[in-house]
Amino acid sequence: MDFSPIWLTLKLAAITTLVLLLIGLPLAWWLSRKRSLVSIIIEALITMPLVLPPSVLGFYLLLAFNPQQGLGHWLQQNFDVQFVFSFKGLVLASVIYSMPFMISPVKSAFEQLPASLAQASYTLGKTQWQTLRYVLLPNIKPSLLTAAVLTFAHTLGEFGVVLMIGGNIPGVTRVASIAVYDSVEQRDYAAANHYSFILFAITFAMVLGVFIYNKYPAKSPLA
Amino acid sequence: MIAVDIEKGLKAYNGQQVLRIKKEFITGSITRITGPSGTGKTTFIKMLAGLITPDSGSINANNTIWFNASQNINLPPQQRHIGFVFQDYALFPNMTVKQHLEYATNDADWINRLLSIGGLDTFADHKPNHLSGGQQQRLAILRALAIKPKLLLMDEPFSSLDVKMKSALIKTLKLLFAQIGATVLIVSHNPQELDGITTDELEIG
Repeated sequence: MDFSPIWLTLKLAAITTLVLLLIGLPLAWWLSRKRSLVSIIIEALITMPLVLPPSVLGFYLLLAFNPQQGLGHWLQQNFDVQFVFSFKGLVLASVIYSMPFMISPVKSAFEQLPASLAQASYTLGKTQWQTLRYVLLPNIKPSLLTAAVLTFAHTLGEFGVVLMIGGNIPGVTRVASIAVYDSVEQRDYAAANHYSFILFAITFAMVLGVFIYNKYPAKSPLA
Repeated sequence: MIAVDIEKGLKAYNGQQVLRIKKEFITGSITRITGPSGTGKTTFIKMLAGLITPDSGSINANNTIWFNASQNINLPPQQRHIGFVFQDYALFPNMTVKQHLEYATNDADWINRLLSIGGLDTFADHKPNHLSGGQQQRLAILRALAIKPKLLLMDEPFSSLDVKMKSALIKTLKLLFAQIGATVLIVSHNPQELDGITTDELEIG
């Protein structure tokens, strides 16, 4: 059995989760504080992957990053970057596709913190960044863990969007979910079964881990 | 001296009402703020702290403009150097008693002294959820004092303390306020608890 789709999937999920932690946390914090037309539109756009067929998102990404035209052409000409049929493209698609799984729980957690926590920090002379780093983030740890695990697990299960933008290139874009589909197409049910079982086992263990962690609220600093 | 002349529209159950405050607070004075619920006592001290923006007017503190609507000046809370005791304490659940004070100041001697004043020496490593209501309230007061503020704003700061503890703490705090030269405003529903400590009074509503 070829394990490269499994490793590629885990690598993609890890990078996607890391990228979303970096850009998702400040974005979720900003969304939790501002209620303007702009923030509502941005939040609606972030939520779209939850309701949009993955193939539609993949199709638009394919159009946007097509190296023959528009943005894709410009990126290739100026930065020698190609997103279509590359691992970079999978990361970009996964970040967009899994974004609501990171943003939504973290934003809700920020909103549930009393406003006076940040205000108390400001009166002690602390900047917004110091307040976020030392007061707000440590107090939403359980939600951060849930968001990171959901993002990771959701990325493991991507199919339509990665197939559209990445295709099925072994070792480059052939992730586990595509390997399952490809194996079935080739009537290699044993391989499909192996890939499926490994995906099932990993995601089940992760989701179970989060459920067990959240069952013991004493671990939460807010308890 | 802190000179305040501000207005702020408040939403009330019977429609809109306007909070108007015009008063001067002498340096080192201790002022009791009284008035019925919902008249804007908390809003007023939050405007002084820079946590809520007045609709119009000005706030000047010792020749520094903190707020001036016509000149479009509004100093953020970080630049006003204010101690604030929140009604809900606003303690940080992730920090121990000592970490609360260390977050506010690097002065280890001052931290030890505050812990002693608040009777929290033996609870230094406890987080807020392992403190009683009275201990939490004392920590909120100590944290506000940790930055040695020139203006200390306290919103119902003694409501959870028993009579004996309240009396002892108030006496100690009075000396401490004088030592750091703080001007103090205390919102209180209980007219008796501040007898003998306050030098001025502001009634709102």
